[in-house]
Amino acid sequence: MADIILKKLYIKVWRQNSPKEKGRFETYEIENISQGSSFLEMLDILNDKLILEGIDPIAFDHDCREGICGMCSLYINGRAHGPDREITTCQLHMRKFNEGDTITIEPWRAGAFPVIKDLIVDRTAFEKIQQAGGFVSVNTGGIPDGNAIPIGQDDAEEAMDAAACIGCGACVATCKNSSAMLFVAAKVSQLAKLPQGKVEAKRRARNMVAKMDELGFGGCTNTGACELECPKSISISHIARLNREYLAAKFSE
Amino acid sequence: MSKGSFLSASIGRKFFMSITGLFLVMFIIVHLSLNLLLIFDDKGELFNMAAHFMATNPLIKIMEPVLALGFVIHIVWSIVITIQNMRARPVGYNKTNQSVNSTWVSRNMFILGGLILVFLGLHIYSFWWKMKITGDPLLSHVTVMQAGVPVEMENAYKLVSTLFKESLFYSLIHIAGGILLGLHITHGFWSAFQTIGLNNQIWRKRFFVVAQIIGLVFAIGFSVIPLYFMIKF
Ligand code: HEM
Ligand code: SF4
Ligand code: FES
Repeated sequence: MADIILKKLYIKVWRQNSPKEKGRFETYEIENISQGSSFLEMLDILNDKLILEGIDPIAFDHDCREGICGMCSLYINGRAHGPDREITTCQLHMRKFNEGDTITIEPWRAGAFPVIKDLIVDRTAFEKIQQAGGFVSVNTGGIPDGNAIPIGQDDAEEAMDAAACIGCGACVATCKNSSAMLFVAAKVSQLAKLPQGKVEAKRRARNMVAKMDELGFGGCTNTGACELECPKSISISHIARLNREYLAAKFSE
Repeated sequence: MSKGSFLSASIGRKFFMSITGLFLVMFIIVHLSLNLLLIFDDKGELFNMAAHFMATNPLIKIMEPVLALGFVIHIVWSIVITIQNMRARPVGYNKTNQSVNSTWVSRNMFILGGLILVFLGLHIYSFWWKMKITGDPLLSHVTVMQAGVPVEMENAYKLVSTLFKESLFYSLIHIAGGILLGLHITHGFWSAFQTIGLNNQIWRKRFFVVAQIIGLVFAIGFSVIPLYFMIKF
């Protein structure tokens, strides 16, 4: 089937030269975009055009372009990663848009994710939360025997589901409170369900939550928006587990 | 436990919201059950007896300040949390499309709570205030036979039923209050269990369903009372 060509689109995009400078929206026209092309390809084509016109190209984050690195961000038409479920922006296709559409593209908005340039935000805050406790401090040594530590199937599955988090920040971008609870919950859960992670469970929950609060993320009000916009469908039942782990840690202090 | 950090931590604050919220839900269940006596006995004896029991029982006397404290903590914390959460996004979005991923109620708990608070002020003024502080001619004592013994008590039934019969405004306000509370609970009830950490994939769905039911029961239950007096009399 031949691809449908979108003859004209209007791209309304946030432009900001540096963290300190004030930003603004600019609207660019773009022509003849195949519905088969990806959203980021469309932006590449637009950037080529801008460069030829002597305009500074739009800066946006991307790396793997196959939905695993979590670099691509973009708040498109009012939704993190655009108008589709369970995907990252790099997996979004132009067939989700129609002829003559105005597409609004904004950076992730959160005090803890300051804009670096245009659509690129600084997500170092996630790194800092991880460094506060998202690890197991043991020397793993050589490769252990696979069955040396028996782990139930359900626990293994839960841990793996949590481990699917790619740290993209869509949860923060989506949440009306800019809360990082889904991310932190995933990072706590992937270890809390496994025997290797249990040893430091209390310290981990306490320190990661403290860091999350310190960095200025908001609190969770259980709207459930994050779960539906998360490209990896991380469940908010992990947030319940984080609450449980945290409260247990606090009450046993 | 380092109290300071727990009180100021995001999860710590939410913990108090949920505990006080669930406590308030329990109060509302008792309150609604007693109030429904209003529509099951047109002589008002059942309701007057219940009100008399509540006004004289020492346990209820102890619970009154606890209830007030519950409200205060819930409301003060909700303000602190809401301000904190708004601060977390200093620059907002130009375009958002939140209706696809969350319910209006879950996003507007503070608005709903604030409206409930306005209602609460009026509600306390028109009933509690008159019964406990200023008194009202409508309350003049009646005698009810309790287990064969005549007991003198205030005619709370007269006060409540007269207000609903005579004032369309008060009746409508009370219907609105019931609906707002019901909506608040459709999110609040299951959210509280999530906050305490008692949820998992299965229980989350169950708590959510129960929350919808309790919300509906509250909304209908509290609306039915003024409607009864508006229609019947
Ligand atoms: C009177 C004024 C009230 C205000 C201002 C208020 C405000 C709030 C706010 C802002 C939240 C947090 C929303 C969220 O976490 O998503 C909340 C949660 C809640 N409220 Fe209220 N509320 C009020 C009254 C009530 C009443 C009367 C009840 C009970 C009958 C109640 C029960 C709850 C419950 C159960 C929660 C859930 C706690 C949680 O999410 O962990 N609230 N309220
Ligand atoms: S929880 Fe989901 S939305 Fe949040 S960072 Fe991880 S993958 Fe992204
Ligand atoms: S670029 Fe790697 S997930 Fe999109």
